[in-house]
Amino acid sequence: MKIAIASGKGGTGKTTIATNLALALANTGRTIQILDCDVEEPNCHIFLKPEIESTAPATVLIPKVIEEKCTGCGICAEVCEYSAIAVIKGKVLIFPELCHSCGACKLFCPEDAFIEVPRELGTVEEGKTNGIRFVHGLLNIGELMSPAVIDEVMKAAGEQEILIFDSPPGTSCPVIAAVKDAEFILLVTEPTPFGLNDLKLAVGMVRELNIPFAVAINRSDVGNEDVKKYCEREGIEIILEIPNDRRIAEAYSRGEMAIHALPEYQKVFEACWEKVIDLHQNALQTEQQEKTATES
Amino acid sequence: MKEIVVISGKGGTGKTSIVAAFAALAEKKVLADCDVDAADLHLVLNPKIEHRENFSGGKKARILEDKCIACDRCIEECRFDAIHYPVLGNGKTADTPLINPIFCEGCGVCVRVCPAEAISFEPAVNGEWYTSSTNYGPMVHARLGMAEGNSGKLVTQIRQKARDIAVRDDLDYIIVDGSPGVGCPVIASITGADLVLVVTEPTLSGQHDLLRVAELTAHFQIPTIACVNKWDINPDITEQIEGEAKEHGVKTAGRIRYDSAITEAQIMKTSVVEYTGGAVSGDIKAVWQNVLYALG
Repeated sequence: MKIAIASGKGGTGKTTIATNLALALANTGRTIQILDCDVEEPNCHIFLKPEIESTAPATVLIPKVIEEKCTGCGICAEVCEYSAIAVIKGKVLIFPELCHSCGACKLFCPEDAFIEVPRELGTVEEGKTNGIRFVHGLLNIGELMSPAVIDEVMKAAGEQEILIFDSPPGTSCPVIAAVKDAEFILLVTEPTPFGLNDLKLAVGMVRELNIPFAVAINRSDVGNEDVKKYCEREGIEIILEIPNDRRIAEAYSRGEMAIHALPEYQKVFEACWEKVIDLHQNALQTEQQEKTATES
Repeated sequence: MKEIVVISGKGGTGKTSIVAAFAALAEKKVLADCDVDAADLHLVLNPKIEHRENFSGGKKARILEDKCIACDRCIEECRFDAIHYPVLGNGKTADTPLINPIFCEGCGVCVRVCPAEAISFEPAVNGEWYTSSTNYGPMVHARLGMAEGNSGKLVTQIRQKARDIAVRDDLDYIIVDGSPGVGCPVIASITGADLVLVVTEPTLSGQHDLLRVAELTAHFQIPTIACVNKWDINPDITEQIEGEAKEHGVKTAGRIRYDSAITEAQIMKTSVVEYTGGAVSGDIKAVWQNVLYALG
């Protein structure tokens, strides 16, 4: 089972839920892998304190021109939709930060004058902690293309019973890269106007991807009831509520796990997981029924 | 005219609430919400939209079923795995492939390799941006479509429009609400700005993420100051953060205490400095004075 923990708004508690869910489920004897896909600001390692076993560069392919073959015809610049190539006075200039590695320049060069070479955008580290397999990525400072590093993190996905993806905040391309392989998405929010607005955006994104999902409300006793009303109206299940507890906030501030500071949360996360499994099963059944209905 | 960008690295540290307070405190300014993934500033500033324009981040490819000869050339060359034969409701596979717009990067490779000229390639509308009036002055903001990319390009357009308005109306300040992270939209929001204010929180995550942001602003050589929001949650970490920030050339812009008035103001759709004359408002006013001082 692959589950992504995501949210439109930042700072709602994605990492708290991802790491504590991982540990709570590992405590029940299940095999777990956690993949921290927030490669711009990864934080899971602060709480899980993994022992890192391997570090590898996260690379993308960028074009390199073979000068002897290039005639300076300019077709490569014409076919590049990202303005990552310019041909000035017959000389090819490549702007690696803008390259999306689509391969158009190489494919359409009439002289076969391009090769592709790896360019490092960041790193991917793997390790283990408390029986949990751990992976995270780190985008190099100044680089734009975090989705490419997230794709590299995803390549390290293992065969464990449960894979947990900790997503970056938002609803655009890095988030898509982090959640697209998930079988279930848990959207984390807080009961405030900002939380609600960004939850609506995240729900729109998840519906577009057609992945079953549910909502977790963090600091559930602050703010107002609008998030709950919205979920009720939309038929969205709320499967986890964590009240605003100074003990959790303080444990978090020191990089400690909530289930260590408040052991009663072990059961809370286990119960949350049971609901995930139920909702996922329901979604599969509904899909099957719809298929059968169209066939007959 | 000076441009101040408020970012945080870590999400949910209070950027938007602080920008809304600055909107109430600053004279002669234009507001720009560049957190296009999860835009929330409008929930407080209640803008009246005066002008709206479609945003196109690039082109999208679409297969024209009646022309497609199902040769699969597009599928072979698409590096983004965006083209598949969809499975129909009756369980059968469609006769022609379909391009999933969520995964299409608009590279145009499929369009060019198609021997039947069966793929259209038109600018896609990925969102809208607005110029508005508010009780606090003009505001530029946007809505990025669900699951869309190219947020950096939209951020650049919003900043340019805000700059145009500042020149037109002879304004002194452009106040930009940025996005979390260190990737594409953040880089687009800070390049060439006069000052970056980083809002962080006294947690190990906040500290980790602040240092990444400090590296980023150093990389682009943008003067940077930082304030710790909710500093009294963990005074020790607050001190550590301020010390480390200083080592990275980031001066402190003050501390803001934890106060539920920040959430209450959000619910009342007003800025915290208008909502309460309490100590937290004094803290934010002091931060704004430090911003002005840093701008010189």
